[in-house]
Amino acid sequence: MKAAVLGVGQTRHRSKRTDVSIAGLCREAADRALADAGLTFADIDAVVVGKAPDLFEGVMMPELYLADALGAVGKPLLRVHTAGSVGGATGIVTANLVQAGVHRRVLAVAFEKQSESNAMWALSIAPPFSIQVVAGAGGYFAPHIRAYIRRSGAPSHIGAMVAVKDRRNGARNPYAHLQQPDVTLESVQASPMLWDPVRYDETCPSSDGACAVIIGDEEAAAAAPGPVAWIRATAMRTEPTMFSGKDPVNPRAGLAAAAALWRHAGITSPIDEIDVAEIYVPFSWYEPMWLENLGFAAPGEGWRLTEAGETEIGGRLPVNPSGGVLSSNPIGASGLLRFAEAALQVMGKAGAHQVPGARTALGHAYGGGSQYFSMWVVSSDPGP
Amino acid sequence: MTEVAVVGFAQSPVGVRDDATTGGVEMLVPIFADVFRATGLTKADIGFWCSGSSDYLAGRAFSFVQAVDAIGAVPPIMESHVEMDGAWALYEAWVKIACGEAEIALAYGFGKSSGAELRRVLALQLDPYLAAPLWPDSVSVAALQARLGIEAGLWTEKDMAEVAARCRAAAVSNPQAQVSGDVSIEDLLGRRYVADPLRAHDCAPVGDGASVVILASGQRARELCDRPAWITGFGHRIESGSLGARDLLALPTLTPLSPAGDAAVDVAELHAPFTHQEILLRRALGLGGEVDVNPSGGALCANPMFAAGLARIGCAAQAIMSGRASRSLGHATSGPALQQNLVCVLEGR
Repeated sequence: MKAAVLGVGQTRHRSKRTDVSIAGLCREAADRALADAGLTFADIDAVVVGKAPDLFEGVMMPELYLADALGAVGKPLLRVHTAGSVGGATGIVTANLVQAGVHRRVLAVAFEKQSESNAMWALSIAPPFSIQVVAGAGGYFAPHIRAYIRRSGAPSHIGAMVAVKDRRNGARNPYAHLQQPDVTLESVQASPMLWDPVRYDETCPSSDGACAVIIGDEEAAAAAPGPVAWIRATAMRTEPTMFSGKDPVNPRAGLAAAAALWRHAGITSPIDEIDVAEIYVPFSWYEPMWLENLGFAAPGEGWRLTEAGETEIGGRLPVNPSGGVLSSNPIGASGLLRFAEAALQVMGKAGAHQVPGARTALGHAYGGGSQYFSMWVVSSDPGP
Repeated sequence: MTEVAVVGFAQSPVGVRDDATTGGVEMLVPIFADVFRATGLTKADIGFWCSGSSDYLAGRAFSFVQAVDAIGAVPPIMESHVEMDGAWALYEAWVKIACGEAEIALAYGFGKSSGAELRRVLALQLDPYLAAPLWPDSVSVAALQARLGIEAGLWTEKDMAEVAARCRAAAVSNPQAQVSGDVSIEDLLGRRYVADPLRAHDCAPVGDGASVVILASGQRARELCDRPAWITGFGHRIESGSLGARDLLALPTLTPLSPAGDAAVDVAELHAPFTHQEILLRRALGLGGEVDVNPSGGALCANPMFAAGLARIGCAAQAIMSGRASRSLGHATSGPALQQNLVCVLEGR
């Protein structure tokens, strides 16, 4: 059965949303999605909640307490957790419930309220018999970025170019956490080095935020008051954190997910057939890295698209017109935000960061040690 | 909708497992081998994997990521995870098959409940602003529910002790159980309270363990299993997260998930971590005295967190696959005082 995004909502992402509780934050996104779809909680058959580790807020399985605020009492509620890719996985599980014919309209809510706790601490505890991450995500990923630069021969300013583009795009998005319309290549390059080669301005912020998406079947889509985004294909793939032959620069799980995605969507040349992409880029250099992993560019060539300005709005493949993870990073919600922003583009409702004429879009998320991948293709056209 | 059946089930021995870490790998590897041996499948045959576990139980972020090492996920696999009991992972796997994305799916759950003081850890499931700061532990919350039921005349402490005695006697034939044996009601009622009116026998033991269930669609199920346990009903519901906002003695949303009237079940495996909850669940599900409830001994004899609910469905399916039952029901619960419940109805053909 076909499924479509009927409505999208998100919070104003900030470093500390002390004006709302966790429930209030999630409700803000859910209410906006319901209003966007012209629906109420009574129209929703089930709720799917996604978020990253519970240690990020210090609440065990918070969906149990959120059941009331999310209108889920007396209904089915699922809680997804697939590391940083969880927002994407939440969208896919929700889509599957509709595609399988189990439900007609399902609400997906993904969130993180990082100010409740300390994500750095949550990632840095030392479990027995395991490798400790120690320095948070940046310290873990920086060596992979250095390997990419060495392997591709990319010039050193590419990372800063991505940061400038995404932060300027974020200034067109009223929901984005960071509003930096005046950022320049020079200002990014002058910012402090955190994990060589990743500078402060090339790093995602730590945000409180939530995203909600309502997915419905064909009948629900026909009854929607406005345009919908048809889900043309979804894909999820996982590989271990470490194994002999692991390539963290161009992971096999990402390659496998992308191959399955394009095949299911009937896409043979992604760079020509995708109008806009929302890609999970928490550190600037991941734009060229994922452009290659997704098949938009040959290995070692992704940075050329960035350098030529092809990933800006108006380029050949606009990437992260919303400002992306570099402008807002409520971790558990970040993947669903990518999926939701892709939907907004093909619905024509992305406002000041709309890519003109966008009809087919990619939403992408990854997590863990570059080992969990989830992605979808949405289109204004329901397809065959 | 696509026909889907349980074709394989395995569970680990349950107890305080000094040989197992919180990532679950040591408990999962042997039972993956068991279930593959029984079905003749290999990891390459599994189209979708889904797990259930809890970071808080493990005391670390991303505990389920380590569990993936038990699979050997090279080349990459299609995989997902719920921060819930493995029973809900099975539900996600069922949906995946129903939407045509996989023919065979494997769900697993694992939990090292003995890693910390479980009843205190579970207090963190409550409202983080208004309830959890008071640390109402899970046994005390269940005791309030038990007391309400006694005062409402729904059960007595003797009724509760009878549930414990019956489950422990049944568990004698279950080699994976943590507690079992013949006990007298009088002896049980003579013991001291853990949390009035609950005594030790009224509460599930704290134990570590894992379980795994394999699902297959239509023809594949018939090829893999002589007598597949076909899923004829699968649903779940959540109640209010505020203990004061719901009737702790009724589960009205659960009743419609139970098979009605002449389609009654022979066997029911109920995930009741407390004796009074078995009585409450029997009423909500409309199970009469003729139904064999928890022939495995149930959660009162082995309750590895995040694996025990999936094991209930596995045991219910085993009753079909072995030919002991024609129709069975597996139930799983999550959250304080039966807040969230799942029912899977199975039949042999």
